[in-house]
Amino acid sequence: MAKKTESIFTNPFLRWIDERFPLSSLIKDHATEYYASKNFNIWYLFGVLSMVVLIIMLITGFFLTMNYKPSADDAFDSVEYIMRSVENGWLIRYMHSTGASFFFIVIYLHMFRAMLYGSYKKPRELIWVLGMLLYFCLMAEAFFGYLLPWGNMSYWAGQVIVNLFGYIPFVGDTLTEWIRGDYFISDITLNRFFAFHVIFLPLAIIGLVAAHILALHHVGSNNPDGIEIKKNLDETGKPVDGVAFHPFHTSKDLVGITVFLIIYFAAVFFAPEMGGYFLEVDNFEPADPLKTPEHIVPSWYFTPYYAILRAVPNAALGALFLVLAVLLFVFLPWLDKCEVKSIRYRGWQYKFALTMFAISFIALGYLGLQPATGIYVFLARFFTITYFAFFLLMPFYTKFENTKAIPERVVYKKNES
Amino acid sequence: MKKMLLICFLLAFIPSLSSAAGSMDLDEYIEGMNVKTSDVKSLQRGARNFFNYCSGCHTLQYMRYNQIAEDLGINEDQLMQNLIFTDSSPQNLVMNNMLKEDGDRWFGKAPPDLTLVTRRKSPEYVYGFLNSFYMDNNSPTGVNNYVQEASSMPHVLWDIQDRYTDQEYSQFLNDTVGFLVYAGEPIIEKRKSMGVWVIGFLLIFLIFSYALYKDIWREVK
Repeated sequence: MAKKTESIFTNPFLRWIDERFPLSSLIKDHATEYYASKNFNIWYLFGVLSMVVLIIMLITGFFLTMNYKPSADDAFDSVEYIMRSVENGWLIRYMHSTGASFFFIVIYLHMFRAMLYGSYKKPRELIWVLGMLLYFCLMAEAFFGYLLPWGNMSYWAGQVIVNLFGYIPFVGDTLTEWIRGDYFISDITLNRFFAFHVIFLPLAIIGLVAAHILALHHVGSNNPDGIEIKKNLDETGKPVDGVAFHPFHTSKDLVGITVFLIIYFAAVFFAPEMGGYFLEVDNFEPADPLKTPEHIVPSWYFTPYYAILRAVPNAALGALFLVLAVLLFVFLPWLDKCEVKSIRYRGWQYKFALTMFAISFIALGYLGLQPATGIYVFLARFFTITYFAFFLLMPFYTKFENTKAIPERVVYKKNES
Repeated sequence: MKKMLLICFLLAFIPSLSSAAGSMDLDEYIEGMNVKTSDVKSLQRGARNFFNYCSGCHTLQYMRYNQIAEDLGINEDQLMQNLIFTDSSPQNLVMNNMLKEDGDRWFGKAPPDLTLVTRRKSPEYVYGFLNSFYMDNNSPTGVNNYVQEASSMPHVLWDIQDRYTDQEYSQFLNDTVGFLVYAGEPIIEKRKSMGVWVIGFLLIFLIFSYALYKDIWREVK
């Protein structure tokens, strides 16, 4: 039985609602009486930004389905129809295609925030695991969506990724056939990818986001100092270093959201192709099973993993490394043996390792876009090793870290004066 | 127009080479390039050029005649008399009468649709391509191309290039490429102008949201 919360409304209609639906208690628990640290910095913006992008994607995606035709014969033409004949269709489509790239930008920064400040550590392991499930769903969502315009790069990149399943011993070939529903990527594949993209994965993502946020609000948000603000309460039982999510963090987030929208819409209106990174040139040509693009490259947000795949001399082993490279994130809460959460008070060992990891990830992303020849292969191998070293050596280098003393209160300029 | 048809028919009986990966050094051939999609007059001239010199072989299969007329300020009479050379109606897509099988037979590969050519390749590529034909007796068309080696396209504009000064020819290409850029993304100008308003609105909104944030956070100790 949930606790009975006093209504926050005076309006009779809202009070009527309150007696039948936990509106007041929802608002209190998740907004007006949800306390989060007052010293959040810019890194704490990317969670709410990914929510903003999710909403943009759901709305624009909904409108796109009204005119998009998921069939091999019509898909490419229907996208051009949206771009030309549908009222503001071009805007909806550019917002969706640009949104896909921005989704990954904010998610990668959101994940990096967790690694900076130890947000995956006890008691937030489950938030992290749910977040990783969200990340996997997002990758699948992006992959399925990428085939839908039925451009030539969509077609061939889809082919390459589906073929990865072929490396699984014994069942590989049967499995790829089962995924495609055909002997090659065809109309049948396009139809089922469409179903995944517009029904299954969006539902999974919405559900997981709800779980992710509920789990977060259950244990409370971390902060740049990695201090549990719940341990330091005032006489009314509120955390001394916390401020209510609404109106404090909402008003702060609104500034961040506005800045984000300026950058996002600058891309939508002035660089929707982003030099071929958001919309690839090969995708301005319909899918052609007889014409392989010169360089098949997946979307930029997958290229770190693509570089790892190509860095391994054996293709099957490469596919295995690719899967491991993605999966290893899940185990961070248990690989990291250090008690201290925030990078501010951690030793040089983790600072060095995390810097190396960030460099490796970005370098691999760059190398994934280059042809796999000469120096590029060598570099990709080097950074693949440093990428895995970050995870696999973590239990060792985090065990004996030279950590610093953690302060009693969060670092906030007004706390000191 | 007649000359172009003549060349097409001459070509019809010459089996052509399939285009190999061309050598690409565009810089040399795009010196005079200055494409302005905001210049409606230039786009109108580009449309005239396209329909007189390109549309016999190339289509704009995602573009409608009346869309072009509306966007470029061309009235229906002008459209019917000067731009529609087939028996199409204004609301039709810009197609031509060349069958794909014929095109394949005549050129090795049917002339491609040009709606998205500037987005698939680049405006620079199209400009450079039209600017880099040279005489080559070993080629079935008598010409070859520096940007797209062994292209099966004849130098349809030879007569223009011959009569025009370099500057005039350059203007001709700028107009034509500008029109193709427009055809690849008809809302290109609308997109940019709407963008200015949206970003402008957000910048003003940023002032208010920042003031609100400062006001609310004043009490945070």
